[in-house]
Amino acid sequence: MKSKWTATPYFIWMAIFIIVPLGMVVYYAFSDDGKFSLQAFLDITIYAPVFFKSLWLALIATVISLVISYPLAYMMSRANAVTQKTMVMLIMLPMWMNFLLRIYALVTLLQENGLVEKFFSLFGIEVSIINTSTAVVIGMVYNFIPYMLMPIYTVMTKIDNNLIEAAADLGSNTFNVFKKVVIPLSLPGVVSGITMVFVPAASTFLVAQYLDGSNKLIGDFIEKEFLRDYSTGSALSLVLMVVMFIFIGLTNRFGNDDMEGMVI
Amino acid sequence: MGKNVIELKDIVVSYDGEQILKGINLDIKDKEFITLLGPSGCGKTTTLRIIGGFVSPDSGDVLFEGKKINDVPPHKRNVNTVFQRYALFPHLNVFDNVAFGLRINKTPEAEIKTRVLDMLQLVDLKGFEKRKVSKLSGGQQQRVAIARALVNAPSVLLLDEPLGALDLKLRKDMQIELKKIQQKLKITFIYVTHDQEEALTMSDEVVVMKDGTIQQIGTPQDIYNEPVNAFVADFIGENNIVDGVMKKDFLVSFCGHDFDCVDSGFGEGESVDVVVRPEDVEVVPSIKGDISGTVLSAGFKGVHYEMIVDCGGFQWLIHSTVSQRPGDEIGLKISPDSIHIMKKMLPFDENVLEGECSYFDEENSLYVIKTEDGEISVKSDSEIAEDAKVTLTFSPEDIEIVPENQGDFNGYLESVIDKASYIEMIVSTDEKKYLIKSQKDEQVGTTVSLKFNSLKAKIEVSEGNADEI
Repeated sequence: MKSKWTATPYFIWMAIFIIVPLGMVVYYAFSDDGKFSLQAFLDITIYAPVFFKSLWLALIATVISLVISYPLAYMMSRANAVTQKTMVMLIMLPMWMNFLLRIYALVTLLQENGLVEKFFSLFGIEVSIINTSTAVVIGMVYNFIPYMLMPIYTVMTKIDNNLIEAAADLGSNTFNVFKKVVIPLSLPGVVSGITMVFVPAASTFLVAQYLDGSNKLIGDFIEKEFLRDYSTGSALSLVLMVVMFIFIGLTNRFGNDDMEGMVI
Repeated sequence: MGKNVIELKDIVVSYDGEQILKGINLDIKDKEFITLLGPSGCGKTTTLRIIGGFVSPDSGDVLFEGKKINDVPPHKRNVNTVFQRYALFPHLNVFDNVAFGLRINKTPEAEIKTRVLDMLQLVDLKGFEKRKVSKLSGGQQQRVAIARALVNAPSVLLLDEPLGALDLKLRKDMQIELKKIQQKLKITFIYVTHDQEEALTMSDEVVVMKDGTIQQIGTPQDIYNEPVNAFVADFIGENNIVDGVMKKDFLVSFCGHDFDCVDSGFGEGESVDVVVRPEDVEVVPSIKGDISGTVLSAGFKGVHYEMIVDCGGFQWLIHSTVSQRPGDEIGLKISPDSIHIMKKMLPFDENVLEGECSYFDEENSLYVIKTEDGEISVKSDSEIAEDAKVTLTFSPEDIEIVPENQGDFNGYLESVIDKASYIEMIVSTDEKKYLIKSQKDEQVGTTVSLKFNSLKAKIEVSEGNADEI
């Protein structure tokens, strides 16, 4: 069993940076000055509205990412090799830039008298996007859409062209080929994509701080609470984690268990 | 039988400027088991995809029961395909895979059930309905693929090397089973394979293809016993193919001996290819044989011994039930009806090239002749004037095959046939074909280069040489 040894560095890494901090989060959430206490959980009830708003905005961002990514991924997977490479490159390119820089770029675009407002005013439409929830959703989609696109695209390139021909051979028109073969076979990619966009979007911080200064999201408050008091911050993180865990469990049930391309 | 279910009329298909099918004409009769047989790259799968509707021809017509179906998409054709790697839907179980086509056509669920179960019974997969297709063996997946295609009651079933991925034993069983299914359901099977034995076992009719053209169409017996040319004879099984000369009707000379034969209609003194099957050569004591030779090697093959016998430079492959030892002197006897005589694949024995003298290469004292395919340098005892029209003749032995771009010009190696004492190769360029004899085997279907032996050219100056020396 030599192969087990190769995973050793990973296990050490995981123990130090994941298991131990997680244990500490649980410890602080349930303690007050070293004694067992549920006080922190009572304190965080005031964050319930922000909590649900964060989940809601993350959900909207996930749905928008899916609607944009799915047809694009299908188109990419059926294109020739050069087009595919170019498209992947264009999608990955912004990811090479720092997260914060990307947010700043968006702020510049969306701000008052920014490019977007000017563009719409050309058609006589007055819009004001900055400092709204719309701006936050745009920020989330902009930052996380590659995590939706790539798993779907990867799964779609793995769909054997013979299967599509076989479906056509058995009497399916283009619509039926899509409905009966492409969609079911790409579902694992969709599940991965949803998980990979929803989870970071729901817990994201900074996006709201910069794009909607007055209304922070749960991620921002976790950061703020940790700076003030470990117990409240830990309790908040723990609740978010449990919700995410339930969410991932539910989404994964939609993907068939013995299909490839799953994350988690 | 009788009426044509599918007709292909002058089908031409090209990919990236290369012709894959060069004018295929084929009539396929109803309820027939027809096999497209040929080496890889011969266009057999493309022909099948034309019928299935996955490839549309550049020119020519596809007729289905007399009606043109060139522009009919696959899902509207009454034809179903068994794909090379089965192409089963991994997200569906066995039942749902087979039911796929019926559900698309909105067949009532009760009817689907009986038809799918009947079909699974036919392919011997009763009780497997709920299995995942990924949990099936290769042979079982194969059966699901056949059931999935047949359940739609197509009038034609297309099979693209369906047994290629199975092991030998399973393949033999499936061959028999496929033939049984075809006879039971009485529908047309169009089968693609590169395995000649498979083709001969199952088919009512075999179509032998090469380089996008049909070489021969006939029953397995026709193809086996009366191949039209050396390519078909070579492809269809192990054979002795040697050069011969027709002395007159019913008398052919090869390996330094005159043999009686049953063929006539060739010109007197015409060069021909002679084909003799290894099992048709009778082993006799050396003084009683038509020709005699030394056993080079002998091996036991189960039903017979396989021997290679050297008869004055010709190596004969012989299957015999009597064992001989290497080194033994034996005689070979060939009866007249075992000798199959075929026209040569090329109508010439020598390679003749027309060209023009472009200049004299002083350094090597060679004349450079510009031919339609490229420049060839030759040595000449007499002087050749610039721009003189020249005819060069090269014997097949005087052209060497070398790797691409290393010779005088490139060509496509379209045929390689072992002729008992040498390897006969045919190289084609855009302009013409060249005959080459060599001791070295090359890979057929590749691009090679031709190197002409400068010293061996026979040169004839036809005009333009002002003052002959």
